[in-house]
Amino acid sequence: MQKITRETLIEKASGLISNGTVTSVLGWKRGEFDYDITPAIFETVEEITKDFVWNDFCGANFSKYLISKTSKSEGKILVFLKPCDTYSFNQLLTEHRFDREKVYAVGIPCEGMADITKIKATVNDGIVKIDADGENLLVTTLYDDDAKVIKTSDVLAERCVNCKSKKHVAFDELLGETGEVIDSDRFDEVAKIEAMTPDERFAFWQNELSKCIRCNACRDVCPACTCEKCVFDNPQSPVENKAPTNEFEEKMFHIIRAFHVAGRCTDCGECSRVCPQNIPLHLLNRKFIKDINELYGDYQAGAEEGSRAPLVDYTLDDIEPSDAVNRRDTDA
Amino acid sequence: MSMNEYKPLIVAFCCNWCSYAGADLAGNNRLNYPADVKIIRVPCSCRVNPMFILRAFQRGADGVILCGCHPGDCHYTSGNYYTRRRMSLLFSMLDYLGIERERTRVEWVSAAEGAKFAATMNDFVETVAKLGENKRLEDLRCKK
Amino acid sequence: MLKITADKFPQMFGAINESMSLYLPVDRSDGKAEFKKWQEGDVWSDALNTERSAKDFFFPQSENLMKFKMEGKSIEVIDIRDENEDFVIFGARGCDVRSFDILDRVFLADPVDSFYKNRREHATVVSVACSRPAETCFCSSFGIDCTNPAGDVTLWREADAIYMEANTEKGDALLEKLSAFSEECDTKAVDAQKEKTAKILSKLPLKDLGTDAFGSGKTKEFFDSPLWSALSESCLGCGTCTFVCPTCQCYDIKEFNTGSEVIRYRCWDSCMYSDFTRMAHGNNRNSQVERFRQRFMHKLVYYPENNDGIFSCVGCGRCLSKCPISMNIVKVMKALGGNENA
Repeated sequence: MQKITRETLIEKASGLISNGTVTSVLGWKRGEFDYDITPAIFETVEEITKDFVWNDFCGANFSKYLISKTSKSEGKILVFLKPCDTYSFNQLLTEHRFDREKVYAVGIPCEGMADITKIKATVNDGIVKIDADGENLLVTTLYDDDAKVIKTSDVLAERCVNCKSKKHVAFDELLGETGEVIDSDRFDEVAKIEAMTPDERFAFWQNELSKCIRCNACRDVCPACTCEKCVFDNPQSPVENKAPTNEFEEKMFHIIRAFHVAGRCTDCGECSRVCPQNIPLHLLNRKFIKDINELYGDYQAGAEEGSRAPLVDYTLDDIEPSDAVNRRDTDA
Repeated sequence: MSMNEYKPLIVAFCCNWCSYAGADLAGNNRLNYPADVKIIRVPCSCRVNPMFILRAFQRGADGVILCGCHPGDCHYTSGNYYTRRRMSLLFSMLDYLGIERERTRVEWVSAAEGAKFAATMNDFVETVAKLGENKRLEDLRCKK
Repeated sequence: MLKITADKFPQMFGAINESMSLYLPVDRSDGKAEFKKWQEGDVWSDALNTERSAKDFFFPQSENLMKFKMEGKSIEVIDIRDENEDFVIFGARGCDVRSFDILDRVFLADPVDSFYKNRREHATVVSVACSRPAETCFCSSFGIDCTNPAGDVTLWREADAIYMEANTEKGDALLEKLSAFSEECDTKAVDAQKEKTAKILSKLPLKDLGTDAFGSGKTKEFFDSPLWSALSESCLGCGTCTFVCPTCQCYDIKEFNTGSEVIRYRCWDSCMYSDFTRMAHGNNRNSQVERFRQRFMHKLVYYPENNDGIFSCVGCGRCLSKCPISMNIVKVMKALGGNENA
């Protein structure tokens, strides 16, 4: 269960709209069920009171929306940012992607978001109601008489299990308390793959990437992917395509996607959240982050506004590529 | 040498200012290196983005080598420093995906190092030849 | 009605696979079901539905159409089409089976798409009735009875056995092959299952979703609706909804230069993409609002207009569970349809 309540957020949003500080609110909108929440713009107190929600399914990272929303509107926009969202927010500011003056950022604490796919794997089909109750979620389905009790910690999204920080790194105002950077185990999974033999690694990724339907959701949701025209969409580009026509294209798309955000990826985990085929895309991004940390020193994109990303930086005695690739063998 | 012996196709991206001139020197000095090395001249090693490397594999390369000026000698001051970081990450990623790490290489070759150029190419061709055909990063449509 | 007990499934699958390729839903390593060519040892998934729709069988995500080879000044055109083998789609749900009718009206209408027709003619569809619909299901809104789905053979699955009935000649032929494993039986078990499912159906949260507000002739009513902009506000413009949709049928024809020849192929396209139906003058839908509107107007108004009032949605619910921002056709229908849909 989230520590901060929906009512607190509604009160804050309504207040800032009423006193004219902001003209619109970027928030989470109620869906058909308790878990299908849509990011939406609210412009009146009535809309907010009626449809604004805040619960364990508000995973969407709003930072990227600020690019289009601040360029369209003249007024100021209120945005609620969870700790991980603030990193993306900072990273976009570093890249001058939106107008900071038009944003009123309110940091909100987050206890981790639940993953509906994990919930669906543990209960029957036909979830009609999910209520938060302390440490648990009460899930009511069409097929059970009583609500099933699930521990929220058992169904947290992968990115929240390995949450890297509860600290808000950017905000105008903070609701509740901010936390600390967490020494998480987020690279364990990457290390596990690194420890496989090349054949196993190849088989692992071949299996995962062959599921790709090239819907581009991973790219379109990514707060670091903000090119006006992506090379994979540009008919003038020789790699433009709308379908993964073979195994090579699947690999190329995902290598390039991850590479393009290397050093700028804050590890917000949106790519894996939205993948309709459940491909663990964050493991590609995390590999780059892990390598960067190991080769060029710890770096967290978005932690500090204006910091210099590792791929637009260098030192005179950087490791040679062949040594970088072979370093694990010499370690062993 | 039998006609059927497998010969790898190697793409070598060479920077205009150092490595390409190094290749030229190797030629002038009549130093041997296999004709299977296809050189693509680029203004700076830094011009090579990851897509170039992947596309070379797509179009049938069995190995891709990137040659540039020695660190500190870049015609544009710092291009090859960026190359070094990028390729470290890219090659590490390819390795992570289970693609043979010996198929990619970065080598610094100056304009005076004709002998190093030839030796590097001979060594690289031999290494790739041992691996055999590129199967893990191939595009079947491009196979004849 | 024929009955085959569960212990005979492996033999049954083997028998079908002997004469034609058999595809059935199998659980992937991540627990999600996907249609897969049956191999010894594969177990038929219990999942309600496959992650990808069954349209792939007739309208694959990408397929090669022809090749060109340049020889001097002449261009050789190479026909690379293969005559399809007979195959069986085993265990498609009622919604996916209905989607084949919707695709037929596009691809089998004049001019007939011979690639599609080839595959359609070689397929035998075995549908399976639903007994555990999910909250995202709304096929009944489009007149689909998931307890009695269409297809060459209709099948009802219980824990210990399956019950089958042929609806077409192809279906008869298939059941003929299974005579060694099957026994005649009455409809008692099936009736009981139908009755039980009907009770669940009456409790589905989306059961009252109405379609009366939409259909032929409603273009003017909805095209300029002020609601589109809010509905599409947070749309990412990705292709998830269109690619998981069993009825989305738009494609692009592209060419790939292999270095020695040119392959012309077609692949799914998405009306959510910025270069969808891009023409010489540029794109005719420049904003995401227009693209978003196109998708739903096509499903709810344009398609019925050209196809006797049939909607181009089957209520499978895939877009409901897959959309990254949880915007979907149900929300659109409720918003645009007004009070009667709310």
